[in-house]
Amino acid sequence: MTQSNATVLKSYEYISPTRRTVMGIIFLALALGIWALFSRTVTPEMQTTFSLYPGGSSVVVPDWVFPTQPMLNVLAFAGALLGAYQLARGFGRQTNTILGVVSALFIFGFLAWGASGSSLNLAGLLKVAVVRAVPLVLGAFSGILCERSGVFNIAIEGMMLTAAFCAALFGSLVNIWFGLFIAILTGGVMALALAVLAIKYKVDQIIAGTVINIFATGITSFLSAKFLQRYGDLNDSGRFGTWDVPVLSKIPFIGPVFFSHNLFIYAMFIFVILLTVALFYTQWGLRTRAVGEHPKAADTLGINVNRTRYISVVLGGMMAGFAGAYFVLGSVGRFDEVMTAGRGFVGLAAMIFGNWNPIGSLGAGMLFGFADSLASKLAILKVPIPNKFLEMGPYIITMIVLAGVVGRGQPPAAGGKPYEKE
Amino acid sequence: MTKTEATQQPKDAFSIFLDELRRNSLTVTILAIVTGLLAGGLIAAVTTEGVYAAFRVSFFGGLKAGLMVFWDTYRALFTGSVGVPADIFNALRSGDGAAINKAFTPFFESLLQATPYIFAGLAVALGFRVGLFNIGAEGQIFVGALGTVWVATSLKGLPTIIHVPLALLGGAITGGIWGMIPGWLKAKTGAHEVINTIMMNYIAFRLSEYLLNGILRDPHKSTPISAPIEKSAWLPRFFDDPNRFHAGFFIALLMAFLVYWLLFKTSWGFELRTVGLNPNAARYAGMNIVRSTVITMFLSGALAGMAGANEVLGVNHNLAVAFSSGYGFDSIALALLGNSHPLGVVLAALLFGFLRNGAIQMQLTAGIPIDIISVLQALILAFIAAPAIIRTMYHLKEPKVTEPTLVAAKPEGK
Repeated sequence: MTQSNATVLKSYEYISPTRRTVMGIIFLALALGIWALFSRTVTPEMQTTFSLYPGGSSVVVPDWVFPTQPMLNVLAFAGALLGAYQLARGFGRQTNTILGVVSALFIFGFLAWGASGSSLNLAGLLKVAVVRAVPLVLGAFSGILCERSGVFNIAIEGMMLTAAFCAALFGSLVNIWFGLFIAILTGGVMALALAVLAIKYKVDQIIAGTVINIFATGITSFLSAKFLQRYGDLNDSGRFGTWDVPVLSKIPFIGPVFFSHNLFIYAMFIFVILLTVALFYTQWGLRTRAVGEHPKAADTLGINVNRTRYISVVLGGMMAGFAGAYFVLGSVGRFDEVMTAGRGFVGLAAMIFGNWNPIGSLGAGMLFGFADSLASKLAILKVPIPNKFLEMGPYIITMIVLAGVVGRGQPPAAGGKPYEKE
Repeated sequence: MTKTEATQQPKDAFSIFLDELRRNSLTVTILAIVTGLLAGGLIAAVTTEGVYAAFRVSFFGGLKAGLMVFWDTYRALFTGSVGVPADIFNALRSGDGAAINKAFTPFFESLLQATPYIFAGLAVALGFRVGLFNIGAEGQIFVGALGTVWVATSLKGLPTIIHVPLALLGGAITGGIWGMIPGWLKAKTGAHEVINTIMMNYIAFRLSEYLLNGILRDPHKSTPISAPIEKSAWLPRFFDDPNRFHAGFFIALLMAFLVYWLLFKTSWGFELRTVGLNPNAARYAGMNIVRSTVITMFLSGALAGMAGANEVLGVNHNLAVAFSSGYGFDSIALALLGNSHPLGVVLAALLFGFLRNGAIQMQLTAGIPIDIISVLQALILAFIAAPAIIRTMYHLKEPKVTEPTLVAAKPEGK
């Protein structure tokens, strides 16, 4: 801490000396990594080309060409400076932000190194990352809504899957807007089932979630095999088209990456604002968080704990339903068995990595989406890292975060426990 | 379980089991299973187009068509899992060995399907008893299978009596390590084992994809699949084809006995159960919670790993990507159904094994997709976990003693 005076520090401002040192060493290690792993292994005359134009956009940007080695040295130097400052003085509350910056330097160095002597479509990579992040971020939002009120929801995966099925079915029967509506509704109904099991019957919340997951996998695969695969018309919903945001989509580089997508991507950005405001600046949010942290105290103040939980869980389910609709209406336009492929659990991971906070979860989801996007491009980069290991990244990061190595998350205190009035 | 239990006369497995069942109310368990099965038939009936066509003609015709679907479904389920009674009878009367083998094949195939369930169910149940929620059996099955396949393909020229145990051990150890990591993290950092085991599941999937595309891959195959394991590592089979019943079933039963013996007959098992029931009391009594947690998760992972080993050594004789098909998640349901007691787990695993095998037949003859058993299992699990639903449905009386509801994610007293 920079201010070593005797003032009582709030717990969230306090960074222990050990952690300060550990973080400093991590920063230095990353900087050293850039230098030793990347910079020393390229020849001085090599150049890296980043394409900033993802294709399909009206704004054409010239490629960004730079000499690889000097760039890597600059990155390593910047990282080392940050590490040295951290060791000497410490960044205090900003430590985690700086960790993000240094990690970004490392990733950028990795890309520059991987694309040395060739070219990489950076804009395309980021654009795909944004798209891949959508189900993860929305899944994380679903988790936040439930867990902030004190109900573990490991059934996001199952809710998404069922919603995806309904989106495909009703999207094909009526139209995609109706499919979207039914998908959200389905998520809500599944969440209601979870809430009834967990709140009314006081079933262990992990078990209740498992029930929903097994049921969802079973019923969607069953109905899909029984109907969707036999009648192709029932599984041809179409999808939402791309809509360019006026003006914003014309910004070079940023425009096509962020503002030339379909409904779901924009919804993700809108939800992050809505959810932040709702959770932290409204009475409802305060109550929900109170119920998740200390239900007894909330009850004493006249908040109906179980009703608050029901509402939050159902809202969370509707969010998961929306995320599920993305798989069909925002992505491929049809339902396939177990098509969510564990994204609900990665969403849960993004929620934890984002410290049960919408903005944090957005960042975490983006990072995981980036890892996903990069994994599919690794073959192009000719990097000696198997893409399967990169795909493990999000899971490993989550475990590290949970273990408290890089700063312990703060889950809602009453999570997982049914509330019983005395 | 009460404090007095330790001082009571030692009881045999069966009476403890009955005791436990009564606590969990046997009636509710049976009704949960029956209700689940009926619901499955109902789902089969309402998703059959023919039933609606018949209803359009007349109400009773529709009812009859619906009941026919019911009947066909359960008949296929029965003949698929147990066998056709007439065939069994005729085969026995003729005394022809091959015919008898063929007639009994469905029955033994069900036992075969139940075997990995027993292993994985024991894994989850052992965790439950110590207050740990091992939701990562699926991943542990995968890495267990990877370890086994490595031992079973790379070691050559060993006699079966050495190679099979070694290969099983390979699966148990790799699975155990996979389970131990979340256990260690839980004990040392308090990181919730549910999240960590889920994460480990996906790491295991990616790892198996990587290895099966890399060093373990059979270079002669176009799909990512391991080389066939050495003949010496095959778990011995008892009958001629098509009967695939093998020694793994008995190993599973042995494991069930060992888990029972460990939990209920050793002082160490008492310690484990105490940790599961009341970590604070256990800590005050001087029990080592860190050690219990880590070792339990290792053993749990090892049991799940043996499920993977069993499938490789006994059934498939090689390893393909995504071979496990949901044993790990189903095992959570069956551990609960069996009330986390080894004998209960074996019975529940047999039920699930018969269901799974019967469902294959059901898919072939009655045209009901096999996935319906997942729906059944989810419903049974819901009814078991929330006995109040069944009580309300059948107007059962509340039990006099309050049931020990299972709370796996016990809050650690800090």
